[in-house]
Amino acid sequence: MAPEQPLLISSPRYSDQPYDFSTINITPPATEPPPTSSSSSLHNPNRLLPTTANQSKPHLPPLPRRYSSRRSFNSSQKLSELNESNARFVYINDPTRSNSPYQHPSNSIHTTKYSLLTFLPKNLFEQFHRIAYIYFFILICINQIPQLGVLSPAASILPLAFVLSVTALKDAYEDYRRGLSDRSENSRLASIFSPTSFSFEYKPWNQIRVGELVRVAAEDPHIPCDLVLLCTSDPTGVAYVETINLDGESNLKTRYAKQETLAKPPETLSGSVICCEKPNRNIYGFHANLNDSISLGPANVVLRGCELKNTAWVVGVAVYTGKETKVMLNSSSAPSKRSRLETHMNRETILLAVGLFALCAITTVLGGAWLGRHKGGLDELPYYRKRDFSGKDVGKYEYYGIGWEIVFTFFMAVILFQVLIPIALYISMELVRLGQAFFMIQDDNMFDKERGKRFQCRALNINEDLGQIRYVFSDKTGTLTENKMEFRCASVGGQDYSGGAGAGEEEEGDGVSVIVEGKLCKPKMKVKTDPKLVDVLRNGKGTEEGDRAQNFFLALATCNTIVPIFAETSDPTEKLIDYQGESPDEQALVYAAAAYGFVLVERASGHIVVEVSGQRQRFDILGLHEFDSERKRMSVIVGFPDKTVKIFVKGADSSMFGVMEKTLNAKIIQATELHLKTYSSVGLRTLVIGMREMNRMEFEEWHSSYEKASTALFGRGSLLKAVAANIESNLSILGASGIEDKLQQGVPEAIESLRQAGIKVWVLTGDKQETAISIGYSCKLLTGEMIQIIINSNSKDSCKKSLEEALATTTKLASMPPAAETTATGLGAGRTLALIIDGKSLLYILETELEGELFKVATSCHVVLCCRVAPLQKAGIVALIKKRTDDMTLAIGDGANDVSMIQMADVGIGISGQEGRQAVMASDFAMGQFRFLVPLLLVHGHWNYQRMAYMILYNFYRNSIFVFVLFWYVLYTAFSLTTAITEWSSVLYSVIYTALPTIVIGILDKDLSRKTLLKYPQLYGSGQREERYNLKLFILTMMDSIWQSLAIFFIPYLAYRHSTVDGSSIGDLWTLAVVIMVNIHLGMDVFRWNWVTHVSIWGCIVATFICVIIIDVLPILPGFWAIFHVMATWVFWFCLAAILVAGMVPRFTMKAFSEFFFPRDIQVARELEKFGNINENRVSEVAMSTFSNNQQQSIL
Amino acid sequence: MMNDTGISAARPTAGSGDGNVARRNSNRPKYSRFTQQELPACKPILTPQWVISVFTLVGIIFVPIGVVALLASNDVVEIVDRYEIACVPPNMTHDKIGYIQNPSISKTCTRKLKVPKDMDKPIYVYYQLDNFYQNHRRYVKSRNDQQLRDASKANETSGCDPEKTTADGMPIVPCGLIAWSLFNDTYSFTRGNGEAMIVNKKDISWKSDRDHKFGSDVYPKNFQNGALIGGGKLDPKIPLSKQEDLIIWMRTAALPTFRKLYGRIDVDLKKNDIITVALENNYNTYSFGGKKKLLLSTTTWLGGRNNFLGIAYLSVGGLCFFLSTAFTVLSLVKPRFKKKGGWMNTKAAAKRERGHSSDLFFSSLIPPTLSTCCSSDSIVRPRPQPPSRATFSNEA
Repeated sequence: MAPEQPLLISSPRYSDQPYDFSTINITPPATEPPPTSSSSSLHNPNRLLPTTANQSKPHLPPLPRRYSSRRSFNSSQKLSELNESNARFVYINDPTRSNSPYQHPSNSIHTTKYSLLTFLPKNLFEQFHRIAYIYFFILICINQIPQLGVLSPAASILPLAFVLSVTALKDAYEDYRRGLSDRSENSRLASIFSPTSFSFEYKPWNQIRVGELVRVAAEDPHIPCDLVLLCTSDPTGVAYVETINLDGESNLKTRYAKQETLAKPPETLSGSVICCEKPNRNIYGFHANLNDSISLGPANVVLRGCELKNTAWVVGVAVYTGKETKVMLNSSSAPSKRSRLETHMNRETILLAVGLFALCAITTVLGGAWLGRHKGGLDELPYYRKRDFSGKDVGKYEYYGIGWEIVFTFFMAVILFQVLIPIALYISMELVRLGQAFFMIQDDNMFDKERGKRFQCRALNINEDLGQIRYVFSDKTGTLTENKMEFRCASVGGQDYSGGAGAGEEEEGDGVSVIVEGKLCKPKMKVKTDPKLVDVLRNGKGTEEGDRAQNFFLALATCNTIVPIFAETSDPTEKLIDYQGESPDEQALVYAAAAYGFVLVERASGHIVVEVSGQRQRFDILGLHEFDSERKRMSVIVGFPDKTVKIFVKGADSSMFGVMEKTLNAKIIQATELHLKTYSSVGLRTLVIGMREMNRMEFEEWHSSYEKASTALFGRGSLLKAVAANIESNLSILGASGIEDKLQQGVPEAIESLRQAGIKVWVLTGDKQETAISIGYSCKLLTGEMIQIIINSNSKDSCKKSLEEALATTTKLASMPPAAETTATGLGAGRTLALIIDGKSLLYILETELEGELFKVATSCHVVLCCRVAPLQKAGIVALIKKRTDDMTLAIGDGANDVSMIQMADVGIGISGQEGRQAVMASDFAMGQFRFLVPLLLVHGHWNYQRMAYMILYNFYRNSIFVFVLFWYVLYTAFSLTTAITEWSSVLYSVIYTALPTIVIGILDKDLSRKTLLKYPQLYGSGQREERYNLKLFILTMMDSIWQSLAIFFIPYLAYRHSTVDGSSIGDLWTLAVVIMVNIHLGMDVFRWNWVTHVSIWGCIVATFICVIIIDVLPILPGFWAIFHVMATWVFWFCLAAILVAGMVPRFTMKAFSEFFFPRDIQVARELEKFGNINENRVSEVAMSTFSNNQQQSIL
Repeated sequence: MMNDTGISAARPTAGSGDGNVARRNSNRPKYSRFTQQELPACKPILTPQWVISVFTLVGIIFVPIGVVALLASNDVVEIVDRYEIACVPPNMTHDKIGYIQNPSISKTCTRKLKVPKDMDKPIYVYYQLDNFYQNHRRYVKSRNDQQLRDASKANETSGCDPEKTTADGMPIVPCGLIAWSLFNDTYSFTRGNGEAMIVNKKDISWKSDRDHKFGSDVYPKNFQNGALIGGGKLDPKIPLSKQEDLIIWMRTAALPTFRKLYGRIDVDLKKNDIITVALENNYNTYSFGGKKKLLLSTTTWLGGRNNFLGIAYLSVGGLCFFLSTAFTVLSLVKPRFKKKGGWMNTKAAAKRERGHSSDLFFSSLIPPTLSTCCSSDSIVRPRPQPPSRATFSNEA
């Protein structure tokens, strides 16, 4: 420390500058040599090092530095050495030089995938990633070989072209919308420093180049690109940004300009060089230095996508632009997953391919045999005529020997019967999912009214998986709970003050307030105070107890990173203090401190102002060690107005008791520990607060090592950690706090519903075991009558032992005769097991041979609670289930620590809550509240599964029936693959005649109403048991389609046998019969006929008639006018009626008999829904009695 | 995508209470019955009443139709005469192809037909070919409809292989295998008393074909001039629209056995009348073993003689009657709740204990659900036990 700079400065009002900034220049690395490890590589001869700086100040004033490690899970990019190969050099105000030798991308963004030129090839390329399309494409190619031309070229191309163009149109539209938003984004104006005119000028965003100086002012607070802050309107260099668009956190973040740069006008920095890392997507990490000497961290950059708040202006230098900005690098789409139904569908598609092969083989063999039999006559056979006399020489006409003819027959058969593999299914599924997603998003019941957030479908291809979930893995904080912390209890000096409930009410009325700028300011959130503690604070001055309480609340008010923001209210004389910060716990603590009279009024970069019992005091923040997951505590070094220096530490109990001074405080520690246990057992989150006074020597020692560490370019993080660990020792205990994380609305009911639906809910939390268990109780996950198996072991052997014992218990329970039959329901009543296991034990179990045993134990338990688990362990547990069962898993979480779990599970759901967008970005679906899981799974999941399952089966059916009709006819055409149905009809069949109704049904049909599904969660089981789509149903459907095709083909065949009927007429009859049949079939399975259904089904039949008529009025087609001739006869109509009835009888009979005599749950519920509630009362009674049973037994 | 949240969208500042609410509500999905999937809808359920009445109704409709159709079919009088073997002179039976290909042998053949029942006019004359694949892929495609329709498109012979052009490259009109293989047997009829019966061959084809498909200014050209004669020749002076035999022939049959209308006799025939047919057996079906038949038939509103529809309707109707009875009986003998009881024996006991009386129609809701819920996964069966807490903690 420079001698002329007092170590501790008396604190005048906050407007004064404690330190003389004017003398501070960019500090050359004279007294503080740059770490040699990095400097060698940075010796770039082009570098401009300012040499003007004087050396009067060897040390910089201690400023808080933030090196965020809270998100340690994300920061894969550890601070690593910057060298030329992985660094970017940005020359301030010298874009030309910054952009050489490499041209950095401009700041324009292109979220569009295509341009006009590239659209066609690129989109087609993407679409042809589907194997099915390649298959159809190959068939089209084969069809173009003249000998194999079954269909005319136009007709053969049409279906695939249609499917491709619908998708292409969809993509084009989406891309167009993206392009529009890009354009408006790119053309926004930013003020850029122009080196020629020496002033800031407006330029569109997309012209910003790396190295340019950008000024962002409050009028247009959007940050155009990633900027390193050089100076701000605040004299101390602070700027506040809101990062909601970046990470979803709505609170304000503090960003700093470096002291070294903010003193000068930014243009004078021209030519200085910022050496920073290459663009990466870590939004919580930034690693750079200015002129090799000043280190820059994530707190010194503002990122594109943020908004400036409470700051008049900032000037920064663009370091990453356009697509290299962190927000753009992070805008990845959701990972693509494939739904279970689709996987099964592929299995059946293979079966169909086998069937296709069989049909073709039969045709080929029979065709070959026919040719063989007629070998002699083929030359002159009037309908074959192998010989061609038209030329000069008698040649062969399209005949290449019997072998080739057989090969051709096979391929022609493949072309003709290709639709057995349904081409339209893929596009239909896509459209249906789109529609389903629309309805999920629109669902009012999944709209988060508090936050104004809609449901989001990020992955569009796993909608139906929602109907088959068996395991739900849930995070606790922010998912089950609100993540809105409220201060509840305090234990100060071994005294428990948790009586805030009663008398505090009236006091709360006026609460605490401070006067800032002549306006009355009140904290936004009221906290109930404990009168006893208030009393101690008021009257206990001087006593040990009083001092301790004083320090306790000072610690709460200072040991944080909270920023007070003053918000206007309707009353012009009043303002609200809104404490903004990254951690909701800290917010709660600061509000609590405020309620007890320690109001944090201002935070600047070097000091904070706290109003202590009406007296404004300024505290210098001399150093701050941020929270990290290893230390599990944070500390702040505070210079008091009376020139003493204290360190306040707060952290998790496990880490705090280790650094306490045990001998002096033994009693208090003991009492506090006891209180902590009580707090956590009622579900409170606990923090322990400690402090120590620092003497001058100690401080200086710390300060120099802190300085060294924080300017280090290499290993800065670990150095800082070491410094922190060094200073955070021998603390005296102040007390502990209990913060309540309120359970989200409707969580217990949701869990109960899920449980009834046969879904196992596992909670994986980083919280303590006691907290986890108590939350478990409060959300009804655990009930009193459950047997809890608790495993927390320290070694592998003990883990093994515990698991074996647990296994023994479960098998013992399982082997006992199921005596619970007599009770009302199997769920809840009687004894169930709950497994509680902690992360330490999991360490020894996961990925070892013990996994299997854990799996056995866990799956035989109703409830599994994992506490103190690391993010990767969460994923490990999901993987454990995924590996060993076929059951569908769902993971739901809100924080970055849930990302791995969300990505691991079959379905990942992100709660778009307080903790940022990381979880949402990784998820397949995002929603606002845990309880929306119930409508999502039980209602939408059920519907989606049911619809999609039916649609797939129906598509198989509808195509195979058509193929079979074609096939039967081929048997009567000397196996020559003629079709009576015109080729245009066969092309339009899956595209127009039958496409729309299945999509409409797939989007709109509901087997049961929302109300019923929510009332009887058991109905969800149909999806879990794969009742709607399985091999049996597939085979039944195929048999049905064969029968119906027989009816369609043979009734007209027999009726028109030996008649004058021509091919086109009977072909039209077959066409109409097939289309009407499949539509009626669909209509019979529709659960709800609304007007859309009516329009689509009847509309399709009418459209078919119209199409057939149009085809038949073209005189150049052989079938001219056939439809009118055939429709004029009675036989036609009699055939049609007979076909429909005969075709439908088996299915109708099956349906009627099974629905009446072997009803499924869904059928019963449907009847219940329609015919009133004959035994509704009774059912709810049963449910009620179960519930009350639980209640009575839950005395633990 | 970050864009979705709108980087540009101004976010509510914290604490500005009223604005927040408005903004939140603005984001709220608009309520409509459609978006909430609550459109009014009809929910059909197959109740026994419905099932039984549907089956009965179908039966009631189908059986009478079947009867009427059968009666109509039986009203048709049909005289069938297969002649392609009988018309071969006895000395040529070993070489039928030689016989038919030898133009010097007379093909005239006389057949005598007896009328089994009175036949009212008009009596239709058909010929029936068996085993002639007019629907063969090579055959059906071998035509050009543009050429048939439009005189200016005489050169349009694509698709007509192998009867496209003559050896010297002149286009054949009408081209293609179908026209080339035109049926050319002829029939003339006399009644027993020697009275000739005129066969009316006018307006026997579809009017639509005559008017729009076959041009009135298209005349046959180079037809049947090739090395191989396939069948009938056409008078080059008569336009195609008047060549009704060709028009009929070119409406290719759907099935390998087919009839084509030859003409119409507008005379009533009495039972036991003898009709003498003088036919020219020109058409070669011997090379592929095809049969040729001559038919005289009356028609009814349902067309020609075919019992199939009547039988089909009777059997479908009968089946529906049977099913309706079966369903009625089953639902009376085994009403649903009893069926359920028998189905889930273990559950039935539990149900009775819980006081489920058998008159509850929907009592099946809970038991099957439970049975499937619990049996399908390995949840330990609940059982009454005093509360206890087993803790396996090896940690101090």
